Amino acid sequence: MKFLYLVACNLRRKKLRTLLTLLSIGIAFFLFGLLGALKLALTGDVSIANADRLMTRHKVSIIQMIPISYQARIAAIPGVSGVTAQTWFGGIYQDPKNFFASMPVEPDEFLKMYPEFVVSDAHRQAWRTTRNGAIVGRTLMERFNWKVGDRIPLSAPIWRHADGRDAWEFEIVGTYEAARKSVDTSQFFFRYDYFDEGRGQNKGTISWFAVRVSDAARADAISAALDREFANSAYETKTEPEAAMMQGFAQQVGDIGAIITGILGAVFFTILLVSGNTITQGVRERTEEIGVLKALGFTNTLVLGLVLAESCLLAVLGGVGGLGAAWLMTIGGSPLPSLLPVFYVPTPHLMLGAGLMVALGLITGALPALQAMRLGVSEALRRQA
Amino acid sequence: MTTDQSPLIRIADVDKTYRRGAEEIRVLAGLSLTVQCGEFLALMGPSGSGKSTLLNLLGGLDRPTRGTVEIGGERIDALSDRRLAGWRARHVGLVFQFYNLLPVMTAERNVELPLLLTHLSKADRRKHVATALAIVGLAHRTSHYPRQLSGGEQQRVGIARAIVTDPTLLLCDEPTGDLDRKSGDEILSLLQTLNREQGKTIIMVTHDPHASSRASRTVHLDKGQLSAAAPA
Repeated sequence: MKFLYLVACNLRRKKLRTLLTLLSIGIAFFLFGLLGALKLALTGDVSIANADRLMTRHKVSIIQMIPISYQARIAAIPGVSGVTAQTWFGGIYQDPKNFFASMPVEPDEFLKMYPEFVVSDAHRQAWRTTRNGAIVGRTLMERFNWKVGDRIPLSAPIWRHADGRDAWEFEIVGTYEAARKSVDTSQFFFRYDYFDEGRGQNKGTISWFAVRVSDAARADAISAALDREFANSAYETKTEPEAAMMQGFAQQVGDIGAIITGILGAVFFTILLVSGNTITQGVRERTEEIGVLKALGFTNTLVLGLVLAESCLLAVLGGVGGLGAAWLMTIGGSPLPSLLPVFYVPTPHLMLGAGLMVALGLITGALPALQAMRLGVSEALRRQA
Repeated sequence: MTTDQSPLIRIADVDKTYRRGAEEIRVLAGLSLTVQCGEFLALMGPSGSGKSTLLNLLGGLDRPTRGTVEIGGERIDALSDRRLAGWRARHVGLVFQFYNLLPVMTAERNVELPLLLTHLSKADRRKHVATALAIVGLAHRTSHYPRQLSGGEQQRVGIARAIVTDPTLLLCDEPTGDLDRKSGDEILSLLQTLNREQGKTIIMVTHDPHASSRASRTVHLDKGQLSAAAPA
């Protein structure tokens, strides 16, 4: 600690240069933080998916419907401990930009399948007894200032009534909270019976089934049994783990992980050059001072440590500033709740960022530190003379 | 390191050669020298005679190509780099022609630098620094940066830094070379005081006969050897 002042002094030597380097490192880590939040937003469902939940959908595509009558046959397959149907509704509130995830479900089956959606007993009971009742996530309630008891009209261009109207009216009978931070609380769930009775086409069909298996280790075998059950029928199915289906959704815009890694790689390589150059230049300018320190008795190892500490301090200061700014920016919630409902910098990403700061400091400081370590005392002092 | 009246420094048959490309330059040639504890020795000679090289060997900043350098009974030419650095920190104070203070640090912090290598507490370090600055007459300039000090004052800070660890040996490389006569005289008086009152052994490289007159003995170097006038 007693050397910290000496390290900090060297960073104050050329204030503008240090400030610009800090800014460039800070911006890199700011991007790192935001891209981490974006990755979570686009693929987060994959990481929270349960290993014991499978998704059964039409073999051709998720937009092809399958009969709800399959539910009983799925439930009868050995190893299946629960099944519930879901359908993509695509509801819009007042304006097309107010689009959010909305789905008709069977209340008790659905809440049993997804314990991460926490609903009070009173709200569950109200949902059971209200035919057009809806349960809405806290974030969505806050977004539109809705209250329990409000009547909400939604339009659904893909689900019209028999008379051609696309307007649906719902009564909010309750809200749900998230059991974990990464659970999306911006969704809107309503009753399947109300939906099925009101729609003008494809009655008796659903988008997919969520299937719980009693033993996650047997998920592959049960998936195969499920698809065999409906093989050669008019609606052949494809069953896959919940994570794989979520991954499929996310990758509709490309391989998010690869895109983000590519961007970050380019950013960090540039920063490596910028801060590496700054440290090298700084050390070169201080050749005689390093000679003086050695003449006073500072060992080669200590000088190596001081230069590395300087580069690490620079990387950590810039990194904490940038990553901290990204964290602060996302802590208040998503800037685009309709597109990115779950948007925050996850803790493992923050820890990875901390590791990257130290790595950046060590890599950028390695070469100048070695040069300073190898510098001969008399040679350094002679350069000044 | 050793007691008064006994030789502090024994240099025996020292050669120092440098390579510049294919050319080999012999800076010191079979040089032998003994310095008693408590002496104030002036090293004089023309440019390129080997004065600074000799000073570097005495300070453990460089190693001889041949021969031995024994200080306080210890063969410093045989020490490893790490042990030599430790030896320097404990036994040698260096004063440079151009002061070599760190410009981003106050006088106080500059003087504290050698103490960072000790196990002293922060409070003890501060105490030692205050004492050293008081000895050189700069107790009132502790929080000034080098750019806020005159050349003479900067050299005083350099001397305070050299004596703050209470070393036996002070090596001064043209300490008045960058100063006007008045400031130079003040520095020489300070060195004399340190020699007489605190018993520091001082070796001073200088071109200036006026400066060398303040020393208790002067030796002349020429082409890497002590000249005939100098008693070895």
